[in-house]
Amino acid sequence: MNLRQAARILDQGRLDRQNALRLYKEADLLSLGQLAHALRLRLHPKPIVTYSVDRNINYTNVCVSGCAFCAFWRSRGEQEAYELDLETLRSKCQETLDLGGTHVLYQGGLNPQLDFSWHEQRLRLMRRMGLWVHGFSPPEILFMAESWGLSIRDLLQRLVDAGLCSIPGGGAEILVDRVRKKVSPAKGSSAKWLEVMREAHLLGLRTTATMMFGHIETLEERLEHMLEVRNLQDETGGFTAFIPWPYQPGKNTLQAPKAGAVAYLRTLAVSRLVLDNIPHIQASWVTQGPEVGQVALHFGADDLGSTMIEENVVASAGVSFRLCEKEMKELILRAGFQPRKRDVLYRPA
Amino acid sequence: MADSGLKRVAKKLEQGLRLNLEDGLSCLGTPDLVGLGRLALAKRKDMHGMKASFIRNFHLNYTNVCANQCTFCAFHRPQEAPDSFLIEPGEAARRILSSPVEPLREVHVVGGCHPGLDLGYYLGLLKSLKQARAGVNVKAFTAVEVDHMAAKAGISARECLIELKEAGLDALPGGGAEVFSARLRQLLFPRKPDARRWLQIHGEAHSLGIPTNATLLFGHLETPQELVEHLLRLREQQDGTGGFQAFIPLPFQARNTPLAHLGGPSGVEILKVIATSRLILDNFPSIKAYWVMLGTRLSQVALHFGADDLEGTIVHEQIAHEAGAETARGLTVEQLRGLIEEAGFQAVERDSFHRPLVEEQAS
Repeated sequence: MNLRQAARILDQGRLDRQNALRLYKEADLLSLGQLAHALRLRLHPKPIVTYSVDRNINYTNVCVSGCAFCAFWRSRGEQEAYELDLETLRSKCQETLDLGGTHVLYQGGLNPQLDFSWHEQRLRLMRRMGLWVHGFSPPEILFMAESWGLSIRDLLQRLVDAGLCSIPGGGAEILVDRVRKKVSPAKGSSAKWLEVMREAHLLGLRTTATMMFGHIETLEERLEHMLEVRNLQDETGGFTAFIPWPYQPGKNTLQAPKAGAVAYLRTLAVSRLVLDNIPHIQASWVTQGPEVGQVALHFGADDLGSTMIEENVVASAGVSFRLCEKEMKELILRAGFQPRKRDVLYRPA
Repeated sequence: MADSGLKRVAKKLEQGLRLNLEDGLSCLGTPDLVGLGRLALAKRKDMHGMKASFIRNFHLNYTNVCANQCTFCAFHRPQEAPDSFLIEPGEAARRILSSPVEPLREVHVVGGCHPGLDLGYYLGLLKSLKQARAGVNVKAFTAVEVDHMAAKAGISARECLIELKEAGLDALPGGGAEVFSARLRQLLFPRKPDARRWLQIHGEAHSLGIPTNATLLFGHLETPQELVEHLLRLREQQDGTGGFQAFIPLPFQARNTPLAHLGGPSGVEILKVIATSRLILDNFPSIKAYWVMLGTRLSQVALHFGADDLEGTIVHEQIAHEAGAETARGLTVEQLRGLIEEAGFQAVERDSFHRPLVEEQAS
């Protein structure tokens, strides 16, 4: 399918399942890129690409979920199992502040040993130090609510009172139960993930949404995922950004051919086109490498994510990159855009 | 297409007109990366359809001793350095005999300008390689090495090429062109033969029926104008002598060189150079995405931006890896086919002369 045919499909109005699938399957790479970039320029006319200076803090790697794709988790009692103590947390936060960071991405495993006061202490510490806490993906929230017998809303309210500011979109994987049952059976259904996000949005929390693709799901299921996110966004408007992540097969995790750069760019472009109501699409230089990350900025993405002062989860699958802020700015400049540091809500920082 | 320069380029291409310096600058300067890519893809499809080729080859570097000491190079060593090396013809033959790639179609041979070697060494090397593997093609010695060995032997480049051909030389690789700019030569590679000499040697090779490639080393200190002028000079040479097979734009690998602070070109810049090359070099059959320097992921994307060839299995690359390349040193045929097919193209195995190989029937 060439550019004219692809553009004609878009001219029919908002992409429905069938038209989106036709584009995804049949349009050539550069047609998808051109249309996605055109939409990006309509939504964000200035040639600005945002980035964030922050670190991932993983408060524990103990996790009872046992997802097939994850190389990060450990069982309690294993030598490498850890729960982050306050002093280590404090020094990680200080380092973030010293490097010009404004927030932390705070996530961890589903660890039944940690009670509310354990989490509360840490949230309060991070807030006291002046950091915005972008924390707890929906599976963590569901796990805590269920463990402690709280409703999602009550739990969220308690976390917010302790200092939680916004929620990352992790754990979405693919929002189709057939897939979830196979790759992350303990993580809860697609409906539950969406319910957490709905409740969060209703409480005024902004969140992102991710998609981990390139394992056992079909193209149809990826689109199903995007449409679930789009529907909820129509309802609540609480998503700031969509972040498609290609699955990184590790040594001891679910084996699948690693999605190539063309598959990545096609998926990124289609997500820009389908998710017309989500303000930002984030490119993943961590999984793609800096060069393809730069190219992705011409395929619908308007954000290059984080400098990754610390990243553990993808690194445990053997993929490791980090950048200093100067390098991040240089990457964006040399991709043809003006770099702008942002906060979690995509405001200039 | 929002960009007026790119619009003009598109119009000229539609009318079948050749691109000039200004057009080349519009291509490199456009904010519309994908728009530029579409023009190059259309040209590439006219020439090669959706095919992308590769070869079962082996890169052999016979010495890292080099009198030229170019600023951008991390491979060269002085003769007395503890990690300098020189491979004797017999050892070279043993290496390609133990190559894991079967059937090996081509050996790509380049090395430094070693001050201690005479013509006999090079002829011996060629003969040894040809004898070691029946039917293998030897693509050997950049114009810089040919210039060096001819000067040492006190013969003309033409005489030298005739001797090399008799000893088994099938083609010349495209290295040593760097950027055809007197300014940059002075700065970065003052001891290398100049552009005129490089082009002259390729012209001589073409007239002797020896096909050659051409390269460009970009993403360091060159201006866009110097880059486009390089392409235009290659096109002019090709109009005259017609023996170029492939153009290979090489993104500068900065690490371990005195220019490390420059960092090398961006993914966007690399794709723009590939697309611009495809459009300007209308008389070059092939544009290579050299996966060693682009990385396999960007090489896949480059096939959509004008490239039609992924080079080959290589087996054990040394030069770019000395400069910090993080790619594998070699790829298997299955990996190359997989990369090409996953990018949406049809993989075609080729020989040294860019002729497609018919699949051999399994026996």
